[in-house]
Order: sequence, then structure tokens, then C-alpha cells
Amino acid sequence: MINIENLQKKYPRVQALKGISLEVGKGELFAYLGPNGSGKTTTIRILTGLTKSTSGSAKLNGFSIEDNVLECKNQFGLVTQAVNLDQELSIRQNLDIHGRLHGMSRKDRDAAIKEVLDYVELADRIDSRVMELSGGMKRRVMIARAMMHSPRILFLDEPTAGLDPVIRRKIWSLIKKIQQKGTTVFLTTHYIEEAEFLADRVAFLQEGEIVSVNTPQHFIDEMGVWALDIMAHGELVTKYFRDMQSLDAFINGRELCCTKRRVNLEDAFIARTGLKIAENGGLNGSAAGASPHGGAHGPHGGGGAHSAQSAHDSSKHSSNKHGSAH
Amino acid sequence: MNKCFAVYLRELLIFRRKEIRQILSMSVSPVLYYVAFGIGLGKGLEVGGKPYIEFLIPGLVAMSSMVYSFGIATEINVARFYWKIFEEFQSSPVSNVSYVAGEVLAGMTRALLAVFIILAVGLLSGVKLYFGIQFWIAVILNSFLFASLAVGLAMLVKSHADQSLLSSFVITPMSFLGGTVFPVENMPLFVQKVLYILPLTHASHAIRGASHGETVGYQPFAVLAVLGLLCFIMAVRVVVKARD
Ligand SMILES: Nc1ncnc2c1ncn2[C@@H]1O[C@H](COP(=O)(O)OP(=O)(O)O)[C@@H](O)[C@H]1O
Ligand SMILES: [Mg+2]
Repeated sequence: MINIENLQKKYPRVQALKGISLEVGKGELFAYLGPNGSGKTTTIRILTGLTKSTSGSAKLNGFSIEDNVLECKNQFGLVTQAVNLDQELSIRQNLDIHGRLHGMSRKDRDAAIKEVLDYVELADRIDSRVMELSGGMKRRVMIARAMMHSPRILFLDEPTAGLDPVIRRKIWSLIKKIQQKGTTVFLTTHYIEEAEFLADRVAFLQEGEIVSVNTPQHFIDEMGVWALDIMAHGELVTKYFRDMQSLDAFINGRELCCTKRRVNLEDAFIARTGLKIAENGGLNGSAAGASPHGGAHGPHGGGGAHSAQSAHDSSKHSSNKHGSAH
Repeated sequence: MNKCFAVYLRELLIFRRKEIRQILSMSVSPVLYYVAFGIGLGKGLEVGGKPYIEFLIPGLVAMSSMVYSFGIATEINVARFYWKIFEEFQSSPVSNVSYVAGEVLAGMTRALLAVFIILAVGLLSGVKLYFGIQFWIAVILNSFLFASLAVGLAMLVKSHADQSLLSSFVITPMSFLGGTVFPVENMPLFVQKVLYILPLTHASHAIRGASHGETVGYQPFAVLAVLGLLCFIMAVRVVVKARD
């Protein structure tokens, strides 16, 4: 459904994309995960005709974004990172103009407006002006608008950035619903748990390059099952284990300042991209729980630092915080 | 065509949100010009055997149809740089021609509204002028020309500040020098030659001639039509430049 080949984008000062190649299948929910400035928006802007690529090619549902521009634009709906609704106009007017821009008849527009607003649960606000809506509502209007012409592909650029956890859940379930209708969803995010929760496959993006592409489960399995976050010499070190026995064997009755938890996608992300992430300060700090070493540290008594360090070499599935678990 | 109408409709809806404000502000300058130049300065003044006010009003029509059709550039800039609505057009299956045509029509609509306001001011003051077919063709061609120029420039500028610069250095001087408030014939010959390079000078002549009931030759119409078409084609071609 989406085929990208060696896409590059050079801005005067930075090379935002350094040769991206990707295939996204029909009906897939694909997450494009990377820290701020890694090139997520640039990729979407190129695919949707808002920016020209420097080199490389891409196809949407078989139509080339360079040679079949208008046909391509019939294939997708786009929810941009920044709100781009007409704030002075009502929801209905915003959607109606969108329908007209996609060549829909009056009858189709009226039916679609009703349907998508029911879908995003904003039917009762149809005549409200956009400027009167909350951030989460605006986001839902944007999703409704992007879905209005029943596109085959939906591009979502950080759809939940800046939203509170409850609204975020709501948008997640909306995105899942959209996928279940058969729509291919291409989503960018810097929230790791968003990718883990939603995506069939994830691409780790870093400084304009794809580091790795796979299913969230594959990335997690690769790391192990259990993780142990240990404070050692004032630094957080995480170790990974296939099973509880090896974890217990590692602790071996010592009193460590540590937390046991299940491995998640964040571990894989840090392992794959850790070094560079550490250099540029990690994922956006505003993301709840998205900082590389987020999560509660065990409130256990101190004094375990020394033993954690010495145990390092003996651990079968150990991995230091710069990641080498592959 | 439907898609061009969508672009146009959006501009109309935006305009309607601030209808009263817009119409009031469109009325301020013609009333001021009328008071300052028509009554204050121009009392007892004659141009070509007619009262100055009969010279001034067609000039104001030419000036306003230019200023307000060019004003669509501001709307486009606000939509592009501030609200990011331009992205919605760009990511929709709308051809560049449809987009430009929709915006140009919106600019022309604003210009016509401004012209109606001036004519209303003129009628209230009891000025006798003719508004035949030639008058309206000249007004429409002039609005088409400057709306097309505005859309093209709006695609090329990188910020709204650049746009205001263009307005102050191109549009404002032209609005005074283009045969609007004083007869170009009063100027030395070489200045006249320069002023006839300005499209607005041709528009003023056609509009004034027609509203004085004279039959205007085809030249000013041809100049406006050709320049308008060139600007329109330029605008369509530079839409892609708005993608970075
Ligand atoms: N219009 C632009 N001009 C110059 N540089 C840009 C522009 N847009 C993005 N960039 C640069 O390209 C890189 C990738 O940006 P972006 O795609 O927005 O990242 P992300 O969406 O992942 O946060 C960044 O270094 C950014 O500064
Ligand atoms: Mg972005």
C-alpha cells in the first residue's frame, strides 16, 4: 500500500532523511517511532505532497507521488502534527469544504459528515466553531476530516502529542477502529508505548535513518522477558532475563536497589538506538513515561550498587544501558 | 470546477465571519478620500471641464478594485503561515489551476464589494456617472489582474512580512500614481511614459472614460487582459514553489 524507496531530503542545513526504504502492507497499522527531529514529519510531508523529496521515490496504492500527484492525493487522509482547521468556521463547514475538495457530491458529503462525527463522538458539536473546542476535540475533528472521503491510507503525525492520558486512550481506540475498517494506518509518534499498544509493525527512526523494522513483539522477545532496573554507582543499569529463575539467580539473595518488571518496547528501542539517544538527550521529556529510563525505581534499601556492578559480567542476558542485546 | 468552488467558498465563509468589520473598514478609506480630496481640497476644482469629484470617484474605483483584490494575498498568507490551512489544499486532490482560480475569484469578489461601497458613497453625494458594460469589464479585468498577481506573490513569499513589504513598495505607490487622484496628463511627458507602464493607469483611464459615458478604445482592456492572463499563468506555475 505504501512503498518507499531510498527517500532522501536535504534541507540547507540538515539532511532530514538519509535514504529511507519501507513497505507497508494493506490494512497494516505501521508506527514510525523516533525522537523529535528524527525526520518523521518530513517523511509524511513528502508522502502527502507537502514537501518535495531531494531524491528517491514512493508509491501510494501503486501511484507514484511524483508522476500521479492528484491520483495519489485521492488515496490518503492526513492528520498533521499541528492543528490546521479553520478555527473561525464550524466543524460542519470545515468538513463540508474538505468533502468538496475531494469532489464529493452534496449527498455524499452530508452522509459522510454525519458518519464521521458519530464515529469520533462529536455529532452534538457539529455547529460549534473550532476555536471553541478543546485540544482533544480538535484532534478528533482532524481525524474525522481525514476519514471523511474514505481514504485507503490514513497518515497520522503524532496524533496524541500533548493530550492527557484519558483522551489519548480515546484516540487510540479510534485509531484501532479505523484500522479494523480495513484502512492502512501510518502513524508517527515519539511515545514508545503508543507504538507498542497500537502497531502491527514499528520502524525505529533515528536522525533520518531507519535503524530497524519489526513487530513490537519481536523486538521485545529479542530482549528477553524480565527486566531488572538497578541503581549502580548513581547510574541506572537495566539487565534482561529469559525467565524468573535466571533473574533470581542473578540477584542471588543480594540486597539491590532495583525494580523487577516485564520487558517492553522501550527496552528494545533503547537497546537499538541507545547511544545516540543518550547523546541528544533522549526522547521528548514532555512525554509521560517516554524518557529512556522512565518508570519507577525500586524504593529498596541502598548498598547494592557494588554487587550490581560485580554481578554484571556473570549475567547471561545482561545488557548495559548502551544496549548490545542483539 | 467543484474544487475551485470549494476554495472560493472557504474564502467567502471566512469573509462572512467578519462581514460587518470588513465592510466598515472597506468604507472608511473611500469616505475619507471623498471628504479630504473631493470636498476639502477639490471644492470648486475642475478636471477636463468636470467637477473634481467626478474625476475622483472613478479613480477610487480603480484604486479600490486593485487594493482589495490584491488583499487576497493577506488572506492566503494568514491561512498559509498562521493557520496552516494551505496544507489542507495541498494534500487534497485539487489542481493548481483550480486552487488559483478559487483564490482569484475570492479576490475579485472582495474588489467588487469595495467598488459597490464606493459607488454607494458616490451616489449618496449625488455624483452623476454611468456604469455601463465597459465600466464593469474594466473593473473586472483590473480585479482579475491584481488578484492573480496577489496569489502568485503569496505563493512565492517566505513570510507574511515579505508580503507587507511588497504591498508598501508596489501597491501603495501605484494606488496614488496610477491616474487615480490626479490626471496623469498633468505630469511631464517622461513621467507620463513611466506611469503608463503601470497597469493601474490603464484601468483608471478605462474606468473613468466609461463612467463619463465615453466610448473607450480597446487598448486599455487589451493591456489589462493580457497582463491579467500572464499573472494568472504565473500564479498557477508558482503554486509548487510554496512546497519547501
Ligand atoms: N522546513 C524546514 N527547513 C529546514 N529544516 C527543516 C525543515 N523541516 C524540518 N527540518 C529539519 O529536519 C529534521 C527533521 O525534522 P522533522 O521531520 O520535523 O522531525 P520529527 O517530525 O521527527 O520531529 C530536523 O532536523 C528539522 O530541524
Ligand atoms: Mg514531527
